[in-house]
Amino acid sequence: MADSTMSQTARVSPGAPEISRLRLPLHWLGVTPFFVFALVFLILPTVGLIAGAFKNAAGDYTFDNIIALSQPKLAAAYWVSIQISFVSAVLGALIGLAMAVAVVRGGLPPWLRSATLTFSGVASNFAGVPLAFSFIATLGRLGVATILLRDVFGINIYSLGFSIFSFWGLILTYLYFQIPLMIVIITPAVDGLKKEWGEAAATLGATNWQYWRMVVIPVLWPSFLGTTVLLFANAFGAVATAYALTGPSLNIVPIQLFAQIRGDVLYNPNLGYALAFGMIVITGLANLFYILFQRRAERWLK
Amino acid sequence: MKQGSRFWAWLVFGVGTTYFVLPLLATFEFSLRKRRGEYSFDAYRSVFGDPNFQTTFTYSVVVAIFTILLGVLLVVPTAYWIRLRLPNLRPVIEFITLLPLVIPAIVIVFGYIRMFGSNSTLPFLATARGTDALLVIGYAVLALPYMYRAVDTGLRTIDVRTLTEAAQILGAGWTTIIARIILPNVLIAVLSGAFLSFAIVIGEFTMASLLNRPAFGPYLQNIGANSAYEPSALALISFAITWGCMSLIQILSRFAPRSANRPN
Repeated sequence: MADSTMSQTARVSPGAPEISRLRLPLHWLGVTPFFVFALVFLILPTVGLIAGAFKNAAGDYTFDNIIALSQPKLAAAYWVSIQISFVSAVLGALIGLAMAVAVVRGGLPPWLRSATLTFSGVASNFAGVPLAFSFIATLGRLGVATILLRDVFGINIYSLGFSIFSFWGLILTYLYFQIPLMIVIITPAVDGLKKEWGEAAATLGATNWQYWRMVVIPVLWPSFLGTTVLLFANAFGAVATAYALTGPSLNIVPIQLFAQIRGDVLYNPNLGYALAFGMIVITGLANLFYILFQRRAERWLK
Repeated sequence: MKQGSRFWAWLVFGVGTTYFVLPLLATFEFSLRKRRGEYSFDAYRSVFGDPNFQTTFTYSVVVAIFTILLGVLLVVPTAYWIRLRLPNLRPVIEFITLLPLVIPAIVIVFGYIRMFGSNSTLPFLATARGTDALLVIGYAVLALPYMYRAVDTGLRTIDVRTLTEAAQILGAGWTTIIARIILPNVLIAVLSGAFLSFAIVIGEFTMASLLNRPAFGPYLQNIGANSAYEPSALALISFAITWGCMSLIQILSRFAPRSANRPN
């Protein structure tokens, strides 16, 4: 790394021009490995894919691949993905918020709060193949809950049209990591609601509903929206859970892309790059909105 | 007002808890049903006795350890240097470390397959060892956001500048400062990042599967497609591993120093 005597001399006499000219590159030396790593293993591979999305097989620049994303099968994949991500994000956010509010401000015993937060930390990381197994064991055709509902309550959910391998089955499974993620992220914001605000509102004669409508919701709104788009991106990029649950048959973008990487099922590598590019655009936009909302939310969390 | 809101709080909490506990109980019950007519731990015995379980699990543990080492080597000196000398670069580094959350893992690995093929300048995919290395690198990228945040939080609680100057006065070089002064001081934060990385890496499916490595994630997926009761046992084992990692992080956080730059 950098030469220590050099930077010490520089600190002693910061005015000396020839030293400061030498200082600059040496400073950068300390972060070079990180930047080289990020460039080679994160940025270049991604930029390469994006560039590939705008090229044809001969290497000429074209918009054909982007236009080809609108072919029925791929457009449907994007649409189903967006729907699944959207519904699981909104439900996850609402339920997660309700649970966070219940645990933080609902007058429940304090140990429940730490237990909930600990469990949320675990469950938000419990995605992927094992999660799919759990839900098949619970709500699959021979799952414990399915049998219980059928034999004890006389409700056969599969004859009612439910399936764990369907749209709603997938959403029910995704909620298992979406709700905890919401709880983990939103609890600090709920904590940030100051007691004084409630007291001030009550002093001014506000009803409970008015306090919620005019104080709590406006304060929590940016955090809520921000976290919701983060959950959206989280669901949109999830491959393993959906793949283990439904196999390669489900027509969502990550699974299409998985099949494409495995065996070029689209018969056009560049179209595969375009598929990946579409994913980056959607998750990128979601994260952009997250950052914007978060910046707005931080105002109240000082 | 208080009474009513408490009722709602309990109701919400109760429904939520049911949703979260039921699948775990159901999975456990299901995993005991391998022997006809009675409960047994046969599914677990069959899982632990499966040589494929042993090899894939060991493989993933080794990959996780290398991932953590790479992550620490990459993040600790960088985060330290940013704090000490280049605070202006902080937003840039933070942006880069957030990118793996923006770019889905499947896209990153797709980029690798395209860029590091046998005929490229960096032919990682030409050999099995090279592909292993690429998997470790990919996992280090996935864990980067968590590792960086953990280490940066740890660095915030120590006085980096004073420690560095004191070490320099005593004649320490940069390697000594980072390895013997900074690292021990942020060890708890580094370990938190390490356990989180471990939890992410151990059952990861997408990257391992697309790079064709014999890891635990693809093994899980394969078992799920081919047997009935073992998947439930494996799901609970995975849950226990995740739980263990998170508990260790919580326990460690109790030992972490609270605030920085205290004069005494």
